[in-house]
Amino acid sequence: MPETAPTTLGDLAYEVRSKNAGPFWVTMELFMRDADGYRIAADETFLNEGTIARLYGLDEADVQMFRIPSLNVVKISFPRPVSQASLRDRDVHSGQHHVPLAVLPVPAT
Amino acid sequence: MDNERVDQVKVLAPTGMLGAGFPEATIERGLALGADVISVDGGSTDSGPYYLGASQPKTTRAAVARDLRVLLKAAAGAGIPLIVGSCGTSGTDSGVDWVAGIVADILAAEGLRLKVARIYSEQSTDVLLERLAEGRIHPLPPLGELDPQTLQSCAHIVGAMGHEPIVAALEAGAQVVLAGRATDTAIAAAYPLMKGMPAGPSWHAAKIIECGGQCTSNPRAGGVLATVDAGGFTIEPLDPTAACTPILVAAHMLYETVDPFRMREPDGTLDVREAVYTALDDRIVRVEGSQFHVAEQHTIKLEGARITGYETMSFSAIRDPHILAHIDDWADLMRTMIRQRVEQTIGLGDDKYAFDLRLYGHNAILGDLDPAAGPPREVGVMLLVNAPDQSTATAVAKIANPLMLHLPTADMDYLPSLAFATSPAEVERGPAYEFVLHHVVDTLTPTDMFRTEFEEASHHA
Repeated sequence: MPETAPTTLGDLAYEVRSKNAGPFWVTMELFMRDADGYRIAADETFLNEGTIARLYGLDEADVQMFRIPSLNVVKISFPRPVSQASLRDRDVHSGQHHVPLAVLPVPAT
Repeated sequence: MDNERVDQVKVLAPTGMLGAGFPEATIERGLALGADVISVDGGSTDSGPYYLGASQPKTTRAAVARDLRVLLKAAAGAGIPLIVGSCGTSGTDSGVDWVAGIVADILAAEGLRLKVARIYSEQSTDVLLERLAEGRIHPLPPLGELDPQTLQSCAHIVGAMGHEPIVAALEAGAQVVLAGRATDTAIAAAYPLMKGMPAGPSWHAAKIIECGGQCTSNPRAGGVLATVDAGGFTIEPLDPTAACTPILVAAHMLYETVDPFRMREPDGTLDVREAVYTALDDRIVRVEGSQFHVAEQHTIKLEGARITGYETMSFSAIRDPHILAHIDDWADLMRTMIRQRVEQTIGLGDDKYAFDLRLYGHNAILGDLDPAAGPPREVGVMLLVNAPDQSTATAVAKIANPLMLHLPTADMDYLPSLAFATSPAEVERGPAYEFVLHHVVDTLTPTDMFRTEFEEASHHA
């Protein structure tokens, strides 16, 4: 039987985005398609501060998470790891940093 | 402006950024719906520290003039004020003067007489050093305590004003307010607050409309109109075919905010945890329950940018599958060779300059965070050099030039020729900047850090 690609957070969302929140913070949102998708993204045993810290090379204590069931949204904020527009910054608006989160496989059911 | 109390205030937000453009018909529509004020943001820190450090606008003069011409004629025709915030992108004094010059030209050309106020927000280093010594400057996370030398290193420092200096200018009779750096929300909250609308709905509405039509089903169709009253606010798109829905409006609180429920302004904190979003019809949304908690201490947030060095960029590209199959090794060799050649030729150790080698098409954007792997089809190689002066940065980039053209992988016994994108390959970028301030000042009064000047636009008959 051919192996199928695992379902990712991005598959269950209609949009996953990232952006600067001012020059010193990055913020990301998972806009989940429905309550079922939200339940997976908001599951603290799956997606928590530690998961985000591992995905983005951060200190877990720096990660803030907001779970908003009325919008089926999980929002994540953390200090910008690289100073905006400095020599090592490759994403001035932080607009492409959602990808590691979007391709994260969700737990098999 | 008269300060008569009213039941509601309608704020027209034509676009998220002055110069981004909007259909003229949407402004006519806003006026027909009874707009009481037009507010538009002229800036942001989002595009980086260059615009503040160099005090240069991001937008081109022609685009700003086009938008201002439409808005000035609309405001003059309807007899309502026009408020522009964060003039010239960063809100420096020369940014305010740049927009004021465009406004003066338009008023003269159109034969309009409007009283213009300029509110300057640039801060004196000496005054800030005194405030720091008095213990009146505090860091915001993630930064730490401010060092006096950091203040002294800034090319420009601005303070982000709240609504108070804008209200003061309007009360003094200004019909056009050109504000330096202002919070994105202050420009839209100012007029409702001046007219006695409650702070919760005024600030919440201001946050929702700060990006124009971004809270609508078609952000490219133009801006929005927010009607603030004693019990809340309603919001509708200016384009009759676009819609606001409760989800779109609520979701805009997430945009570019760290915390989607609480937002600090100079005189307090907007709190939308209890806000309820209701559809009035298929394109108008009502919001109630927004709260505002006045702070014990009024604060002004500082933004400052300093020069980190001077940069020169070089760009080459690789299509050869053999090199691409060993691209990380090739890049490591490139870094080593650049350091060796720079040491050999100009005697510069790698603590005297810095460079970043970016492999576009491979992992330039995410680097080690990239979840994908596999050989790319082609790779753009960007070399970005930062040095204390431009000639050193360019010298390093030129020393790297033969490597950017011919560097093989370790196992190749011939020299490949790679694909430079331009000739010459090197581009001097001038000074590079970084933001270094994310601190607040405990103000003496809400307006004491800002200076306002009025002028009656000269009327060239």
